Amino acid sequence: MAEFLQFLVSGITIGSIYALVGLGFAMIYNASNVINFAQGEFVTIGGMATVSLMAGTGLPLILAAPVAIMIAALVGLALEKFAVEPARNADVITLIIITIGASIFIRGGIEVLLGKDFHRLPAFSGDTPIMVGGAAIQPQSLWVIGALVLVVVALRWFFDRTRLGKAVLATSHNRLAAQLVGINVRTILLISFGLSAAVGALAGIMTAPITLTRYDVGVMLGLKGFSAAILGGLGSSFGAVAGGLALGVAEAMAAGYVSSAYKDVVAFIIILGVLFFRPTGFFGGKGVERV
Amino acid sequence: MRLLTPRMGGLLALAVVIAVLPAFFPNKFYYDIAIKTGINAIVCIGLNLLIGYAGQISLGHAGFYALGAYGSAVLTARLGWPGPVAMVVGAAAVGLLAFVVARPILRLRGHYLAMATLGLGIIVAIVINREIPLTGGPDGMTVPALAFGDWRVTGTQTWYWVIGGAVLLAVWLALNIVDSGVGRALRAVHGSEVAAETVGVDTTRYKVLVFVISAVFASLAGSLFVHAERFVTPVEADFLRSLEFVTMVVLGGMASTFGAVVGATILTVLPQALAGFQDYEHLALGAILMGIMIFLPKGLVPSLAAQWRRRR
Repeated sequence: MAEFLQFLVSGITIGSIYALVGLGFAMIYNASNVINFAQGEFVTIGGMATVSLMAGTGLPLILAAPVAIMIAALVGLALEKFAVEPARNADVITLIIITIGASIFIRGGIEVLLGKDFHRLPAFSGDTPIMVGGAAIQPQSLWVIGALVLVVVALRWFFDRTRLGKAVLATSHNRLAAQLVGINVRTILLISFGLSAAVGALAGIMTAPITLTRYDVGVMLGLKGFSAAILGGLGSSFGAVAGGLALGVAEAMAAGYVSSAYKDVVAFIIILGVLFFRPTGFFGGKGVERV
Repeated sequence: MRLLTPRMGGLLALAVVIAVLPAFFPNKFYYDIAIKTGINAIVCIGLNLLIGYAGQISLGHAGFYALGAYGSAVLTARLGWPGPVAMVVGAAAVGLLAFVVARPILRLRGHYLAMATLGLGIIVAIVINREIPLTGGPDGMTVPALAFGDWRVTGTQTWYWVIGGAVLLAVWLALNIVDSGVGRALRAVHGSEVAAETVGVDTTRYKVLVFVISAVFASLAGSLFVHAERFVTPVEADFLRSLEFVTMVVLGGMASTFGAVVGATILTVLPQALAGFQDYEHLALGAILMGIMIFLPKGLVPSLAAQWRRRR
């Protein structure tokens, strides 16, 4: 039982990271129908910028982290403004390839500015595990899970209670109709990219003490975040969170009970299985094709 | 199978380019790049049938490519099979695998299809990385030379001509598929699947068919690759390799067989040309990629062809 609990905790921890990255995918997809392959790079920027700010300028974590999130958000805005916006009339696949180009560009930029080494961020509140029912919980796990809860609550509030949030939702449901009632769709697109980058960077900062960080950590995390968003059903924020947690727990259980070498295989087989029975994920809407 | 049509004129032009190119190669290194270009082109020609003509995306073609590569590598190096037999058996097995997974997978649309193919590709990559006794794991494995009877295909120059011939064959096959009834059915599926079904096109059958064809192209290219390089590592199965193939197709221009060749050429040669910039290599590559897609959103060949037509 203690063993199961241990796997569950580590699954929820890593799942929370996937969920945060997945949320970023869902936000940009909602606003633009684009799968942003540079999403993982926002995660990298979060971790790497925090580490560099702390080492280079001696800023404490509490200041370095918000600055890093702001840097990532600016990169997200720049991505929309200078790469996605000029090609707004292109096919979705062209836009996706542009984001692939952007991901190579950002990785290259981090490589030039900060080098290729692994960096470690110290855990936010020590490494003394908390014992619960025989399972050892790292304090950093609580930070990660807390970050997810905070982001979900904040997004809920943003989408339900603010005019801007409602405008974003309206745009994702029907772009033309949103435009007709006077919503500036371009601004919405910018906001979505900025917000999505900020959430991705937060995930990168939270996970850096657990997984280390390097210019290319975003590739794998981006992939898992995309998987989470798809598993939950594209475009559903709630789905991305559920998908991320499910993916994380499945991976941890597979690593614990089956084989740690093949944990990702188990995870992807589960995803394929789910898609086989539910072709649009847990909470994805039924797509209607227009002739 | 018509031989002299405008499209076949393009094939002739490509043949001439392949024939004259070596005159401009100062050393063996250039042959090596040309061989890699040709192999990528074969994968992209097949993948373009799926993406460009049938409108179905795959983010897992490096999986099929790597299965062909490791199929040939393991069968020849570990079991002592003759190279050509291993190549054909590997391609048949990959085709069968593609056929089996195609039906459940191609029910999915858009990004969900991308996810499923991506998952398949990653599963292949992990298995190749972990089955160390068979594949050598991350360190890779050496592969014997390809031999047809007594003729051992060795040397970069010989391989250049073999791959050049294979590219021409692949282009010729693709052009014929596109011009056939299958090609027309595929374009109908791309336009609108519902509309295609309404006029009696068995959309599932054609989607499965083209998925299998593209997988076999990738598998054969993988087999050729390991024999040409005499070495293979799991990098060939990597997710980024799948992304690279898709990028080549879109960059060159979807629904253009020559576009696939151009895209493969640019994305194989460019990193080599940028290697001189050292640290700035990826920065430059990303910027160029974004620039081309922003200014020529339909891809190089279709965009430039349209401009040329407007000029006349």
